[in-house]
Amino acid sequence: MKIVVLIKMVPDLVEELSISPSGIELDTTWLRLKINEFDDHAIEQAILLKEQYGGEVTVLAPEMEGVDDALFTAAAKGADRLIQLSGKFDNSWNNHALARAFLPLAQELQPDLVLTGVQAHNDLDGSLGPLVAALMGLPYVGYVAGVTVSDGVATIRKEYPAGLLAEMEVSLPAVLGIQAAEQPPRYVAFSKVRQSMKTTTLDERLAGESEPQGGVTVEHMFQPETGAGATMLEGDLTQVTDKLVSILHELDVI
Amino acid sequence: MNQDVFVSIEHLRGQVTDLSYGMLAAARQVVAEAGGEVVAVLLGHTGQHLAQGLAADRVLSIDHPALADFTSEAYIQAWSYLLREYNPRLALFGDTSIGADVAGGLSIRMGLPLVSACQVLLVENGELLFRSQICGGKIMAQGKLPPTTALVTMVPGGYRAEEARGEEPSEIISLEAPPLEDLPVRLKEYIEPEISDVDITKENVLVAVGRGIQNQDGIELVQELAEALGGVVCASRPVIDQGWLPITRLVGKSGGQVKPVVYLALGISGAPEHVEGIVNSQVIIAVNTDLAAPIFNVAKYGLTCDLFDLVPILVDKIRLSRSIQV
Ligand SMILES: Cc1cc2nc3c(=O)[nH]c(=O)nc-3n(C[C@H](O)[C@H](O)[C@H](O)COP(=O)(O)OP(=O)(O)OC[C@H]3O[C@@H](n4cnc5c(N)ncnc54)[C@H](O)[C@@H]3O)c2cc1C
Ligand SMILES: Nc1ncnc2c1ncn2[C@@H]1O[C@H](COP(=O)(O)O)[C@@H](O)[C@H]1O
Repeated sequence: MKIVVLIKMVPDLVEELSISPSGIELDTTWLRLKINEFDDHAIEQAILLKEQYGGEVTVLAPEMEGVDDALFTAAAKGADRLIQLSGKFDNSWNNHALARAFLPLAQELQPDLVLTGVQAHNDLDGSLGPLVAALMGLPYVGYVAGVTVSDGVATIRKEYPAGLLAEMEVSLPAVLGIQAAEQPPRYVAFSKVRQSMKTTTLDERLAGESEPQGGVTVEHMFQPETGAGATMLEGDLTQVTDKLVSILHELDVI
Repeated sequence: MNQDVFVSIEHLRGQVTDLSYGMLAAARQVVAEAGGEVVAVLLGHTGQHLAQGLAADRVLSIDHPALADFTSEAYIQAWSYLLREYNPRLALFGDTSIGADVAGGLSIRMGLPLVSACQVLLVENGELLFRSQICGGKIMAQGKLPPTTALVTMVPGGYRAEEARGEEPSEIISLEAPPLEDLPVRLKEYIEPEISDVDITKENVLVAVGRGIQNQDGIELVQELAEALGGVVCASRPVIDQGWLPITRLVGKSGGQVKPVVYLALGISGAPEHVEGIVNSQVIIAVNTDLAAPIFNVAKYGLTCDLFDLVPILVDKIRLSRSIQV
């Protein structure tokens, strides 16, 4: 079975975010990027499927700060091929453009399954999966937590609210948006990642021009005022703990 | 193109979702300022009774066995037909397991613009604006919707479902379904959530942990706190995905909608997908080292200390205070 995994890097939300003077995008000067966590689940799901059914896993990513680490980490976990779309992925790139840039490669690889994270926290024009699926003329199912394959059909578990799941059959080839792999993304030691840098080649393809039609243009970006409604408990640890205890008393829970 | 706002009425197991009513309320506000009608779109099979209680000017209903339960392909085909036939100004979908599977495909197949994660729609000088919540609730992005039929996926939080619930639609129109054969996505069955010892949606005191807890050992620490408080432990998605707590303890979009007296959030950033599950809590108390964490937007009380410093002391003090009471 041939599996293609599409991943992208997104801002690490643990870091402080700020908006560029243009007022329409994030300031990238200090921005630290990390792999979209649901793409990490998509990689894990792909490796699990490969371990179960055999086949080949190719991971595809646009060139962004830190992407080679993410790609070689995927290789250390068991991905066979790594391809980077090279280009300057600036503000003119949205998911519609990214999906179009992925298209020729995804078609050339003739995958049975294309996996990608169900969404990324900076998606503004829908998530990548359904866009790629429609461009490839393939069916798409998102919010997937669990995949098995037999006879050209994937049986997937799709998540609905409140813990409800739907088991669905999807004719292959298909694109799936992964919410959670069947087990948490595995850990690989950095020594193994470094080793994969020597043993796996990172192919590069030029991305071409951005074709963002179908997305929308941001004219104003801002940070909501945080903590506006919250009373912050001030003081040293003992003082804030005492305040918290008296609040819990007032609420009658202790 | 006309000015009508189409709303996808999402329903699961015979029940219309809250967000669908929220989207009807959004549509009502848009047409009040920009003109047009609110049109509810109900796809299903023998489910026309679901149209009752939708505050829309019109309900367009398509009944077909292939639409009995949600599957992406059937919905995309039905919607393609509707959009081509009616050319509305806007089509609103949930940014959900249903709507997000449909809107992207429609955008590409029909060449229509799509904006996701939209919380509020604004009308300014006759122009329609989206305002979307991104980056885990830390950033808002706003812009114009192009002057063609636009597709929008909506997140909760911008509108109140109650505003659009209960009224009767003025008119229900049944439409012939487009051909829906040989679909590549088929529902096999639903799998109900496992019954567990604890129902977090019925608890009065919840101690919630997020990724800030770092590892399984941390769970024991908060378990002690929950016991001292006579409550139970629940969690955000990363904690569940790591397998540190069972999925029955998940709070948020894909988990439970809780409504305790006290929701004590430890090391949870307050991403929108989490927040939508806790907004009905009476009092939210948040402990997070990051003062910019969006959890402080919904919290009544906030502490910016390290949860690992706080929790042991808090447990001791609660125990002490209880022993004094007895
Ligand atoms: C389709 C979809 C559905 C989802 N459904 C859900 C859902 O139902 N429920 C859910 O929760 N999420 C859901 N998510 C995930 C959601 O987007 C967030 O990724 C998630 O809520 C983040 O969890 P968190 O706050 O625990 O982790 P993070 O966002 O990583 O936050 C950890 C926080 O802990 C703080 N912290 C770290 N160390 C400490 C310390 N020692 N003391 C105090 N604070 C500390 C940090 O400052 C940070 O704010 C969903 C996502 C998608 C795409
Ligand atoms: N340890 C803390 N405990 C509670 N609130 C804090 C703490 N540190 C900073 N704050 C909040 O951050 C605001 C700005 O503080 P400062 O970090 O001094 O600029 C204060 O008004 C508090 O609301």
